[in-house]
Amino acid sequence: MITLPEVLSLGTLLFCISVAGIFLNRKNIIILLMCIELMLLSVNINFIAFSYFLGDIHGQVFVFFILTVAAAESAIGLAILVVMFRSRDTINVSELDSMKG
Amino acid sequence: MVVAIKNPIHAALFLVLSFFSTAAIWLLLNAEFLAIALVLVYVGAVMVLFLFVIMMLDINVATLRQGFARYFPLGIIIAFFMVVAMGLIVSSDYFLSDIYSQGSISTIQSNTKLLGLAIYQDYLYHFEIAGAILLVAIIAAISLCLNKSKITKSTQPDVQVLAKKDDRLRVVKMKSEEKED
Repeated sequence: MITLPEVLSLGTLLFCISVAGIFLNRKNIIILLMCIELMLLSVNINFIAFSYFLGDIHGQVFVFFILTVAAAESAIGLAILVVMFRSRDTINVSELDSMKG
Repeated sequence: MVVAIKNPIHAALFLVLSFFSTAAIWLLLNAEFLAIALVLVYVGAVMVLFLFVIMMLDINVATLRQGFARYFPLGIIIAFFMVVAMGLIVSSDYFLSDIYSQGSISTIQSNTKLLGLAIYQDYLYHFEIAGAILLVAIIAAISLCLNKSKITKSTQPDVQVLAKKDDRLRVVKMKSEEKED
């Protein structure tokens, strides 16, 4: 039988791994997008866990909407990435300083 | 593995692995519909999109890894502090209290039926807003990636309306040929 702290610690670890990934791979936008997906996934794990242990379906509804928004976000992010790669020929974050004042 | 590996394709494949294991955990937590939706939507659509973009863009990986060693201690320190802070919350006795063990959602009705009832009765407007968000995402992605090159054939009505007869037609006066005997 799974207990609630076990599932919560899994979500915590996943969230911290993705935060560390954002810090480590700050050059590569694709991996940054993947880390954001991982972060949303860890939040969803917490929602599902509380929904299970409180006997409440509304947590799962919330996870449903988070999945929708995350899919839309990754689609738009990848589209912007493709357009940027076509015009700038790089996806390096540190070279994207054209808006610097 | 997702964050520390060099090749972005391998990172995406490890992300697929983590999505699969999360779906298995959701199955254990009686969230069958969302587990299947996670596998279908994320592994089936979003990660394929990621892999497609990675393979299409043909990136020089080595230059993107330059800051890795420099930011490694900072990232590890921040992640460690977050683990400690969140671990103190999670490991407290609060989450072991009785209200979190009052049994799960009734397994008499199926999870999909319960979720469908909740979405289409209580959360109908939110559901429609989610649909609108997806539509906006589709339109934004298509309009961003629309190729405005010369190859694209499209009509330009203003130019067509403004076209005059003199631009197209040239009346040439020539002598009539003499009849040969």
